[in-house]
Amino acid sequence: MKSSKDIAQLLDEPACEHNKKEKSGCAKPKPGATAGGCAFDGAQIALLPIADVAHIVHGPIACAGSSWDNRGTRSSGSQLYRIGMTTDLTEQDIVMGRSEKRLFHAIKQAIDTYAPPAVFIYNTCVPALVGDDIDAICKTSAERWGIPVVPIDAAGFYGTKNLGNRIAGDAMVNHVVGTREPDPLPPGLEQPGFRIHDVNLVGEYNIAGEFWHVLPLLDEMGLRVLCTLSGDARFREVQTMHKAEVNMMVCSKAMVNVARKLNKAYGTPWFEGSFYGITDTSQALRDFARVINDPELTQRTEAIIAREEARIQAALAPWKTRLKGKRVLLFTGGVKSWSVISALQDLGMVVVATGTKKSTEEDKARIRELMGEDTLMIEDGSPRALLKVVRDYKADILIAGGRNMYTALKAKIPFLDINQEREFGYAGYQGMLELVRQLALTLESPVWNAVRQPPPWKQFAAESLTVNHDEMIAQVANHG
Amino acid sequence: MAEIIKRQKALSVNPLKASQPMGGALACLGFDRAVPMLHGSQGCTAFAKVFFVRHFREPIPLQSTAMDQASSVMGADENVIEGIRVIAEKSNPALIAVLTTGLAETQGCDVQRNLREFRERYPQFNHVAVIAVNTPDFSGCVETGYAATVYELIRSLVPDASQAGTLPGTRQRQVNVLVSPMLTPGDLEALKELIERFNLRPVLIPDLSESLDGSLTEDEFSPVTIGGTLISELQTLGDAKATLVIGASLQKSGELLQQKTGVKTYYFPHLYGLQANDALVMALSEVSEMPVPATIERQRSQLQDAMLDTHFMLGQLRVALAADPDQLNALTDLLQGMGAEVVVAVSAAPAAVLAGMSVESVKIGDLEDLELLAAERRAQLVVGNSHAVACAERLGVPVLRAGFPLYDVIGAYQKTWIGYRGTRRRSCRGAARARYSAPIRWRRYSAAKMRRPSWSI
Repeated sequence: MKSSKDIAQLLDEPACEHNKKEKSGCAKPKPGATAGGCAFDGAQIALLPIADVAHIVHGPIACAGSSWDNRGTRSSGSQLYRIGMTTDLTEQDIVMGRSEKRLFHAIKQAIDTYAPPAVFIYNTCVPALVGDDIDAICKTSAERWGIPVVPIDAAGFYGTKNLGNRIAGDAMVNHVVGTREPDPLPPGLEQPGFRIHDVNLVGEYNIAGEFWHVLPLLDEMGLRVLCTLSGDARFREVQTMHKAEVNMMVCSKAMVNVARKLNKAYGTPWFEGSFYGITDTSQALRDFARVINDPELTQRTEAIIAREEARIQAALAPWKTRLKGKRVLLFTGGVKSWSVISALQDLGMVVVATGTKKSTEEDKARIRELMGEDTLMIEDGSPRALLKVVRDYKADILIAGGRNMYTALKAKIPFLDINQEREFGYAGYQGMLELVRQLALTLESPVWNAVRQPPPWKQFAAESLTVNHDEMIAQVANHG
Repeated sequence: MAEIIKRQKALSVNPLKASQPMGGALACLGFDRAVPMLHGSQGCTAFAKVFFVRHFREPIPLQSTAMDQASSVMGADENVIEGIRVIAEKSNPALIAVLTTGLAETQGCDVQRNLREFRERYPQFNHVAVIAVNTPDFSGCVETGYAATVYELIRSLVPDASQAGTLPGTRQRQVNVLVSPMLTPGDLEALKELIERFNLRPVLIPDLSESLDGSLTEDEFSPVTIGGTLISELQTLGDAKATLVIGASLQKSGELLQQKTGVKTYYFPHLYGLQANDALVMALSEVSEMPVPATIERQRSQLQDAMLDTHFMLGQLRVALAADPDQLNALTDLLQGMGAEVVVAVSAAPAAVLAGMSVESVKIGDLEDLELLAAERRAQLVVGNSHAVACAERLGVPVLRAGFPLYDVIGAYQKTWIGYRGTRRRSCRGAARARYSAPIRWRRYSAAKMRRPSWSI
């Protein structure tokens, strides 16, 4: 088990603006009134997309049993990450102190069956509480079987999902990054006027394969992505992250510790950006060129941006007329609160309010910049509060995470899912086309009208009642 | 008699099992204005919630005692008491079920004591029914957690006949029905319809068809379940004419209810297939003292006709099954009744009912076991949850979806399996699937082949 000192250290993240306030490391959850995942959940979200690794969850069945293979992240090759593996601890294991032994044998079984390049061990609440020494087991197993076995000590009770992201990032920086040099470039790829630069993306999960909208553009620019932590990544790619010229933090502060530590250890500069919306995508590409500071790269980048923007604007034109002026209530966390705003504004939509529960002061400043001074920022994310804003501000659609899907649907309000589990990729220029299609699909659907209709017999009854009521009043008035 | 083969592997691969507290939560969700609360870290609840939301496609009320580092080490009594208080105060529910997780149990919680303390400290919430159940996820499965919760509900909320003055048969047309989690919301609706055909009034314990089978209400949002059996109905169980217990896992709960109330009880291990439904219809006819309605007789003959039509496809079909014990037993009876051969039976957890199954052996295991055994024994059809779809794809055989979770087909959760009509529809479905299974395909596939290529790129 991690000591409370270790946890406090992880919670202290100098690169995160939340750090100063009482919010640091995110508030303590309240019994009976809590939502959201645990540290293990966060660690798994952050690392499970590394596709060729055997991910073993060390704990009783609840941790893996209801969570394996349930995320929208995609792999272009190995599917090993979709195989659920757990030590599935029994009462006997815990009472008799046999859980360490089971883990040791489990690692062997995973290696024997699947021959993975590495094994990740996720520690969970029960073994953390009984005091399994997973660091020692990982070390022994790695020596015994000659492949890296990485401990990710992420018991749920350590804290929130956010903390889990950091634990995961820490484990990568401490155990994996820097253990291998990148492959040499294929000969003949670099030419005069075309130098290739190595970059990393941190916090990009390739949900629904959306990063594949962006990757071809980076290729064309001459950027080699050494590793995307962790969408569609391979273990061997994570090993080489120290050699990048620049790291981009994609759309999330959750793994900001990775960027900061890589900067500290290897001097790699980093910037924050997003691939949602035309403006932000272009900005991200420009930022790569700016940090790398290769004039030819800058030139190529501008040419690509000009071409892509023209192409996508033409493709979006017919959709824009359909979506123009539609009113949106956006409720997402952190950076997305502003990055999606610009995507929606690109489409001529009106963002009437946005959630800022997880946003930093800096995020809020950007929101004001985009939406004006007196924009409504929602802190209270409870279903009732959200629905009230939808009514008060006459929003046509709620855009939020999957958790709020039924808040909207049960209130018969159009909805678009923007988080983890979604089935469509919205990143990059091309992603905008998918976004408009999904927006139009729900906004223009004939079902909204139908589901709001009461049964005709009840409608009739209601009408006749009012008529009678009016007549009655008239009669009373006449008599009076 | 089946030989039970225990788990021999250190690592569970592609788990079939979901946890006990989730079963407990499911049982609780079948009551009106209810909120289950898992006693553990907040992730226990978050995962369970996502699991159910994906399956039922409905909002799921589910809370957490939110154990953190300090309470995990120093004791979490206050978390339980505070959690109950907050829910009682904020949501005004009719029922709160506190369900322990592996974390709380390892730490050494005593939820019954916590509950007593809550009652002492907050008498203003005496109108809210609260139960506490031990459902650690290091043993059992969904079915056992569900059964333990139903048992506890009966133990603590159904009054003894001697005290409450209930008398069996006072409510001439009421039948109590204890239902296993293998029954889908669609099954429950069909079961109620069938019982109502005999002019009887069913009281389902619990009733997920009212709470989790998508309906739109006037209310836009509810922090508690929006339907299900009323908690007040538990007071009336002792006045019923009869009790039906569906599912072997609820045998103990049925016996307890019988002991407390004295109401005559009929036991059914499941309701799949002709014979199981014959037994139910006979019992209903006896309880209601009514002849079997002609429509039911017609449905029965339609099933018989379908059995004739489908036996060509289902006869000698080699089937691999993976499910929780009650459903595994039910599927085996259904398929064997059609002439199919159950060559692989994998159960998520051990249970008494498994030993009585007429198969050679039952493996307590996971979906990797299902896949390897199905390859070895040349299965032609896989029956299992949505995770089993990937197994079937690798095996190159068709799949019939059953169990928890079902997330890849919209509406799968409410399909009807029971009754003459349900059985008819399901066997036709199975036959349709089997028809497209090329019996040669398994040859392309061997255990060795499965272990390498697709994921070692």
